[in-house]
Amino acid sequence: MDIKKVEKAVKKKKADFPEQLIQEITEAAKRHELKAGELDELVDTLKKAYERAEVESGEAVGTVAAQSVGEPGTQMTMRTFHYAGVAELNVTLGLPRLIEIVDARKKISTPTMAIYFEEDYAEDEEYVRTLANRIGKITLNDILMDFNVNYASMTLSIEIDEEQIEEKRLDYDEIIKKIEKAFKKVEINKNLLGFEPTISEAKHAIRELRLLADKVRDLQISGIKNIGKVVIRKEGQEWVIHTEGSNLGAILKMEGVDKTRTTTNDIHEVEKILGIEAARNAIIREAQATMEEQGLTVDVRHIMLVADMMTADGTVKSIGRHGISGEKASVLARASFEETGKHLLRASIRGEVDHLTGIIENIIIGQPIPLGTGSVGVIMKQRE
Amino acid sequence: MTGIIKKIAQINFGLLSPENIRKMSVTKIVTPDTYDEDGYPIEAGLMDPRLGVIDPGLRCRSCGSKGGDCQGHFGHINLARPVIHVGFADTIHKILRSTCRNCGRILLTDREILDYKEKIDNFLRNEENITNVLKEIYNLARKDDCPHCHQSETVRDNSEKLMEKFEDLVKEIEGSGLKVDSKIVEQIEKSFETLQTVLEEQLTSSLRIRELESQYDISMDKTNLLQVLDTIKNKKDEGLSTIDGRNLKKKAMANYVEIVDELLKLLDSEIHDFQNKMDSQTLKTVEKFLEEISTVFEKIDEKNQVKLGTFHKYLNEYEKTLKKFLETLKKFEDAKIELLVKAEATRRTEDDIIRHIAELEFEGSDEEVTHIKDLTENLVKEIEKSREKEIKEDIKIDKPVSLVEGNYKLTPSEVRDWLEKIPEDDYFLVGINPEIAKPEWMVLTVLPVPPVTVRPSITLETGERSEDDLTHKLVDILRINQRLKENMEAGAPQLIVEDLWELLQYHVTTYFDNEASGVPPARHRSGRPLKTLAQRLKGKEGRFRSNLSGKRVNFSARTVISPDPNISINEVGVPEMIAIEVTVPVYVTEWNIEQMKKHIENGSKIHPGANYVIRPDERKIRVYDETKESILEKLEPGYVVERHLMDGDIVLFNRQPSLHRMSMMAHEVKVLPHKTFRLNLCVCPPYNADFDGDEMNMHVFQTEESRAEAKSLMRVQEHILSPRFGGPIIGGIHDHISGGYLLTRAGSVFKEEDVFQMVKKSQLPMPEPKNRDWTGKEIFSLLLPDDLNMVYKAEICRKCDECLREECKNDAYVVIEKGELMMGAIDEKAFGAFSGKILDSVVKEYGTDHARQFLDSATKLAISGIMKRGFTTSTADEEIPREAKDRIEELLNNAEKRVEQLIEAYHNEELEALPGRSLRETLEMKIMQVLGEARDKSGEIAESYFGMDNHAVIMALTGARGSMLNLTQIAACVGQQSVRGGRIERGYRNRTLPHFQEGELGAKASGFVQSSYKSGLDPLEFFFHAMGGREGLVDTAIRTAQSGYMQRRLVNALQDLNVNEDGTVRDNRGVVIQTRYGEDGIDPAKSDFGKVADIDRIIEEMRIKAKADK
Repeated sequence: MDIKKVEKAVKKKKADFPEQLIQEITEAAKRHELKAGELDELVDTLKKAYERAEVESGEAVGTVAAQSVGEPGTQMTMRTFHYAGVAELNVTLGLPRLIEIVDARKKISTPTMAIYFEEDYAEDEEYVRTLANRIGKITLNDILMDFNVNYASMTLSIEIDEEQIEEKRLDYDEIIKKIEKAFKKVEINKNLLGFEPTISEAKHAIRELRLLADKVRDLQISGIKNIGKVVIRKEGQEWVIHTEGSNLGAILKMEGVDKTRTTTNDIHEVEKILGIEAARNAIIREAQATMEEQGLTVDVRHIMLVADMMTADGTVKSIGRHGISGEKASVLARASFEETGKHLLRASIRGEVDHLTGIIENIIIGQPIPLGTGSVGVIMKQRE
Repeated sequence: MTGIIKKIAQINFGLLSPENIRKMSVTKIVTPDTYDEDGYPIEAGLMDPRLGVIDPGLRCRSCGSKGGDCQGHFGHINLARPVIHVGFADTIHKILRSTCRNCGRILLTDREILDYKEKIDNFLRNEENITNVLKEIYNLARKDDCPHCHQSETVRDNSEKLMEKFEDLVKEIEGSGLKVDSKIVEQIEKSFETLQTVLEEQLTSSLRIRELESQYDISMDKTNLLQVLDTIKNKKDEGLSTIDGRNLKKKAMANYVEIVDELLKLLDSEIHDFQNKMDSQTLKTVEKFLEEISTVFEKIDEKNQVKLGTFHKYLNEYEKTLKKFLETLKKFEDAKIELLVKAEATRRTEDDIIRHIAELEFEGSDEEVTHIKDLTENLVKEIEKSREKEIKEDIKIDKPVSLVEGNYKLTPSEVRDWLEKIPEDDYFLVGINPEIAKPEWMVLTVLPVPPVTVRPSITLETGERSEDDLTHKLVDILRINQRLKENMEAGAPQLIVEDLWELLQYHVTTYFDNEASGVPPARHRSGRPLKTLAQRLKGKEGRFRSNLSGKRVNFSARTVISPDPNISINEVGVPEMIAIEVTVPVYVTEWNIEQMKKHIENGSKIHPGANYVIRPDERKIRVYDETKESILEKLEPGYVVERHLMDGDIVLFNRQPSLHRMSMMAHEVKVLPHKTFRLNLCVCPPYNADFDGDEMNMHVFQTEESRAEAKSLMRVQEHILSPRFGGPIIGGIHDHISGGYLLTRAGSVFKEEDVFQMVKKSQLPMPEPKNRDWTGKEIFSLLLPDDLNMVYKAEICRKCDECLREECKNDAYVVIEKGELMMGAIDEKAFGAFSGKILDSVVKEYGTDHARQFLDSATKLAISGIMKRGFTTSTADEEIPREAKDRIEELLNNAEKRVEQLIEAYHNEELEALPGRSLRETLEMKIMQVLGEARDKSGEIAESYFGMDNHAVIMALTGARGSMLNLTQIAACVGQQSVRGGRIERGYRNRTLPHFQEGELGAKASGFVQSSYKSGLDPLEFFFHAMGGREGLVDTAIRTAQSGYMQRRLVNALQDLNVNEDGTVRDNRGVVIQTRYGEDGIDPAKSDFGKVADIDRIIEEMRIKAKADK
């Protein structure tokens, strides 16, 4: 039984099913080896169920969504750090993460990425490791065999570990080039390197030398901006890179990276790189993952609505006085939320007009709210 | 009872003009006193009777209505000097900064003005917020020179005037007959002439700049430049990625990439402070780079050159644009330098004049000399003043209301004059609606005095009057205002007047907002800060949130709740004491008049009675024993009787915090003795209620409509399914679950007489006698609908690796066929809250009525079951034999040894660090893992001694209460205590308690509790346990606050969303948020755990039915 047949059956019954449901019917039909007659009957029953389960107009979906997302908040843990999947990386979870998402924070506390690879590379450990080393931050310190500060001659000598270079799939020439660029006074003798501090004042000489030592050790020789540690893991058959820190733009441009599955948990970055629709999906995915991790079930539709509200204007806006609530059309709605005085004073000089179309406005003035049973009226038919 | 006759369509906000304030005022307030010695209000005082009355006995002198009916009338205070309104101080500051102090126009060019006007118009039309546009304008309108008036021109005019003055002076000197050095006078005259010419030149060069501005648009060039740069960046990665990857090692390529990167880095840093650094120097560097790039480019092999072609083209384009930009910039710079030179020349000439004047010496009588000297000094002063004006000082705001220009503090009068100068055409651009407000109204000259109804005074028991905070503040204002006026009239020194003025400003400031930053709050005599206007509106206890968005209501009750398993989930037990207090209004009709009469006869003290009767003329009469008779006589259709609450009435029941809609549900009243609200245990989960002293609120509906709506939308049975996840949130808890299990578990049989007793108790129809013992499953099947079929795994399922299905040893495989429970025990998964499968399908397939009946009967049956069997638990349930204890101890000792080994390995640096972790972190993780495993294993040992005959275990496994973890913690080992997600580290330096060595890392020293709760914790363990426990408590406290605020924000942001007729979700502006709710239009509350329906089940049922039909 293929999807076309199901679509035809659905069309015949004049049912307006969403794509996903048709997909599910097809799968179920395959599983149960449905006959054509049975399919018709199934579609019939489903049509009834679908019509029964449809939202009624006037339903306060926003409030229900807000409550459904907010209420489980009380049951969440505050524990900020948790080991999610990869034991080596810390990720913010629970209530703090949820607040971070609805706040649409520009700087999230633990940005991280999961980098997947295209089929040709996914099982190629060598390639993945090479790339991981280009992505992750590697400092000179990571490839040192010997590090010596000589206070007598006021010099610094280091020895580079070739094995490490090999293991980390680095290029010796490149490293040397970077070192040469960063330090003026450097003597290169194969793997042995000697540094000399630039001393401006004799009495600070030792300090300068120590500063130089730190600088040498911290010299970044490989890596992408904003990305720190990387962890390579085998998930099923394929190799995946998890990172601390995130730079979606740069990663997606790398060869072999699967652009469809590679993700970051930084919503603003997703918005910047992939656009607002992707940001919306990122909000949904992140919020739902946070809920699920805590063992709480919240229907996707609620989270979808929150995400849609946050992204409806084309940019990711936060939920709160700096975002949605602060930009409402109604003065009374804004004043009754936060920063009462500011909004009232501003309304006065701008001569704002409140058209009283929202909920709180009507509660404040004591009229029925335009939702649910308040959104309908009785119309009398006039006698001819 | 009466519908809404008029609907408020809109509310307009505006600013009161001084005229309007005077116009709406009924009296001028002058006297700072309130009452005279006899306690009568003083005329023109703050309690002037014309401002309205509060005492019900008095009549208002303005409108003539009685106290209570009169809403009050405003008065006004004429301020001796203008004062800045605190709330607008920021706005005023921004306006001053972006307008010209000379002509009052906004500091934008005509073109910019047109652009922004259009933008604002657009925003206003779409009802969008213009705050961001205004911010942009404020930032842009900070030019040094006004594009509208020519400051230099005014300076020139000014100097002409000065020259005239000088000539007058010369004439006067000549007339007086004083001797002067005529040479010097001549020189001065000459200097004045040069000044004229130099000023003329200065003017032309400043005009030249303006001309350039209209010709070229720097910002346009700049955006062009940035755009090209952006493309370069994008193209760079695009271009390079085609070559990138494995060919990276090619040297020329690498070189190329590096130079380009370097260039981009340089440009990136440029962008940050474009204006400052974009000069010829940069151009040179960029040129150098580009040259380098070109040379390297040629070295790249042909194939790659082609690939890089487009990118390279962009680099060239950038060079071109940059050059063009710099050319324009150069023109501007030149013009500016010229202007500076000219300005310097003017300055020098002026200096000359001043010097020469100082050289003047006069001979003659003292009197005349001093006179002339005065005149010359004046002239010098004026010259200096005109010079000062040329330098535009930035205006700063000194919180809260002082506006400072350079070192000079602007007085409110000066601010007001400046604001008055702003032409109406520019109002829009500074964020003022010209139809509603004028900027100068933000500086107050008249202060409205609110009516007494706004600030009622309270008479204390002692007869003392206590005034409202606002009145206190107004008294202060009046007092200072009066003093200021007197001092000014008496011609007091400027200093004193200024001080008083400042004090007046302070009082007016705190009158509006007593929490303004930068001012000490005004305090009451007792030291309590006064609650002034802004404080009345603001925050949780302010007017908006506590009086307008929420209100205190009548016909409500609150008391402690207690459980009652005998009432339905739809019901609530209401104490009689409450039932005779809260009432339901009933229209008297022919059909109920007899009933109503009975209520009145009972009076207000006996239960089904009545408290009030409302006559058709809306007079309310209390029912007393004495008046009963006369009321009964008059009672006829058209009257309304407020009768006591009775069984079957619908009421609203609520428990705070009201986190979701199930926190407020409609119940049917059942009037019961005693003093607590009674509720069925199944509704505890949605309210999140328990009976450790919880209180709940009840509200009685007063109209038929509300009752009808509540009954069809808010009744408990309508909320069995939670909209959060589409499953049941109301269901059996605790003993319902244990009871259900005891009733239906394998081998559970009951005597028929007991069965009938239980069935009767559960209000089920009597079954046919079987004349044999019944199994529990047979009894439970009586509850199930006859055509119910389902298969699921029960909570007691041990999640075996391979499910034996029908042969399950734990009786965890539940099969229901045609309403018969064939196998499997009933537990939480059957009808428990949050997870009840049977309950779930009963609601969805048979409707809410049926579900309510099912739940009522099922819980009662379960309770009868548990009562027949008997159920108790004690610490004896957690007893394990000696050998188990020994095994556990050995296990834990081994674990501790293992930890010691790890620590030793750590000290010897033999431990291998996990990738990305330090050695110390690795050790911590490993220790945690070892101890965790040890705890789990000890638990497993204890568990192996627990059987299903153990009541505590029954509770844990069926999901009634508690968990196996709880039990093993009691029986075997409590385990690691944690603070901040790790082992305990805090306390003393390098150790947790003085009982340990410094740096000790062992299990015991970091909070591992080896004992079980039953064996008891030793003092150290107890202390660590308390630490962990305390963290938990703090955590909960913080979490409630945080999640509460998050929810408030969420609700506020989303509450206006509505599903329209066409299926779209829109907000109140009509903006579409979703084209179809949740992408499929399904209501999660009506869905099957988020899905339309369980397709597999439908198919199975279809087939069963088809088979049966055959």
